[in-house]
Amino acid sequence: MVELVHASIGYAERPVVHDVDLRVDRGEVVALVGPNGSGKTTVVRGILGLATVMSGQVRVFGTPLDHLRERWRIGYVPQRHTVVGAIPSTVAEVVASGRLPRKRWFSRMTAADRAAVGEAIELVGLTARQRVPVANLSGGQQRRVLIARALACGPEMLIMDEPTAGVDAENQARLVNTLENLVAQGLTLVVVTHEIAPMRSVLTRAVMMRDGRVEADLPAAAAFGAALTGGSDAHHAHSVPGWLGGLGSTG
Amino acid sequence: MELLQYDFMIRALVASLMVGLTAPMVGIYLVQRRLALIGDGIGHVALTGVALGFLTGTAPVGAALVCAVLGAGAIELIRARGRASADVALAVMFYGGIAGGVVLIGLSADRPANLTAYLFGAITTTSGEDLAVFAALSVAVLAVAVGLAPRLFAVSNDEEFARASGMNVMGLNLLLAALTAATVVISMRVVGLLLISALMILPNAVAQVVATSFRSSLLIAVAVGVGVGLGGTTASYYLNTPSGGTIVLLAIAVFLVATLTTAARRAVHSRRAHDLAEHTHEHGPGCGHPAIEHGDHVDYEHDGHRHAIHGAHYDDH
Repeated sequence: MVELVHASIGYAERPVVHDVDLRVDRGEVVALVGPNGSGKTTVVRGILGLATVMSGQVRVFGTPLDHLRERWRIGYVPQRHTVVGAIPSTVAEVVASGRLPRKRWFSRMTAADRAAVGEAIELVGLTARQRVPVANLSGGQQRRVLIARALACGPEMLIMDEPTAGVDAENQARLVNTLENLVAQGLTLVVVTHEIAPMRSVLTRAVMMRDGRVEADLPAAAAFGAALTGGSDAHHAHSVPGWLGGLGSTG
Repeated sequence: MELLQYDFMIRALVASLMVGLTAPMVGIYLVQRRLALIGDGIGHVALTGVALGFLTGTAPVGAALVCAVLGAGAIELIRARGRASADVALAVMFYGGIAGGVVLIGLSADRPANLTAYLFGAITTTSGEDLAVFAALSVAVLAVAVGLAPRLFAVSNDEEFARASGMNVMGLNLLLAALTAATVVISMRVVGLLLISALMILPNAVAQVVATSFRSSLLIAVAVGVGVGLGGTTASYYLNTPSGGTIVLLAIAVFLVATLTTAARRAVHSRRAHDLAEHTHEHGPGCGHPAIEHGDHVDYEHDGHRHAIHGAHYDDH
């Protein structure tokens, strides 16, 4: 679904990630892991067309992003704690804006659009709150609004930037539960995260990044195994970043 | 009504109705993006257009429209580049607009006596011809603002998401800039170029404190815009005051009343209810708090009182 070949991606002539090869296939749940500044967010921004691909290739559904007409096939959940503009807007209004990639200019919302919006809101468990101003929701709930907005156009793949960061344990569990439901429905997920532990139940692969390069690309089981033994095994300690150590105990 | 006997007052009321309708509808997106002062900047640039019109003997309204649209486009392009110098670049442009206008007017042979009409508004001097131009502009602004409302909302609410969704963000931003420019030109005879964005911003400031959704904000803002436009124009006739200042002061009064009553209502309400956001969980079956059937809904016992969900908060029952 997504393919990066020797891709260097960055902003304003300055590459942040270098020579990245990455392939995500249908049905996979891939975590991009790494410390701050490792370039994991830049990779997904490159996939989404928010950062510049300076060399190499980024293909989405087999075509360069510029040529992809059906942009609704990718949903994007940005790293943000809030979705609040200066004018109050309700959950339903914000989620409905996620439906626009499927709409033509000047076209009105149809019954089918409204049904899709309602379904997306239901998937994240906010149906009872859909007429509530987003500003009145908790941080975890606002995060779910952003997920619903990305789901409203019925994407085949969801790209999420730090969905669990700054969310308390209870809401984190809820969020992962939502992700489990989405994966069960066949959605492909690419998740940028500091920590893979909370997503243990859904993850199929972990791509570890450091200093703008891919450091390791492991199946989830190996990634968690490495995290468990990282501190004691000399070989793993070398091949697996130290910051992964200790994840096993929290996961 | 006495004032309806005069043609110039009827024209004035029609002009203020058009401004009251269009300005808040465009302004809501500026407020949403926290760009409330952009309209003022475009107003400054429009002054150069008015002066060019006087200097070349063409219609000031048309020249102002061309200048305002070009200026608004340039402002948007400068803003989009997002450099640290953008702020200063915009300031230079705004000063340039006023300075250019004043110098060009100084150069024109027959100095227009009614320059103050453009600076501070002189609604009663609106000619039938002006009115036709404003009406055409209003219809165009309303058609675009209503037809593209979902897209303008999306791009104002979260520009990055809009871009990632493949929306033409630059196109929409330039379109909003053009709408703002057109609204500036419609408003300049009514409130004047120096108060130009008051009617774009103040009705939305009222909506911001009163409304609970974007849709209701828009409706409230338009109602306030039309109300203060017509009310201010009428008041200026009886009080013999300038229309622009009267309309704007009325809008500020409405804003203050809305803010104070909302604050008072919240203070009373907060004793009886608290926000959902204060709760670590949503009350529901199995939340651990005892559920008590209460008529058509269920209350949850919590810290010694009963909670019933009501919109964005819980009421105590």
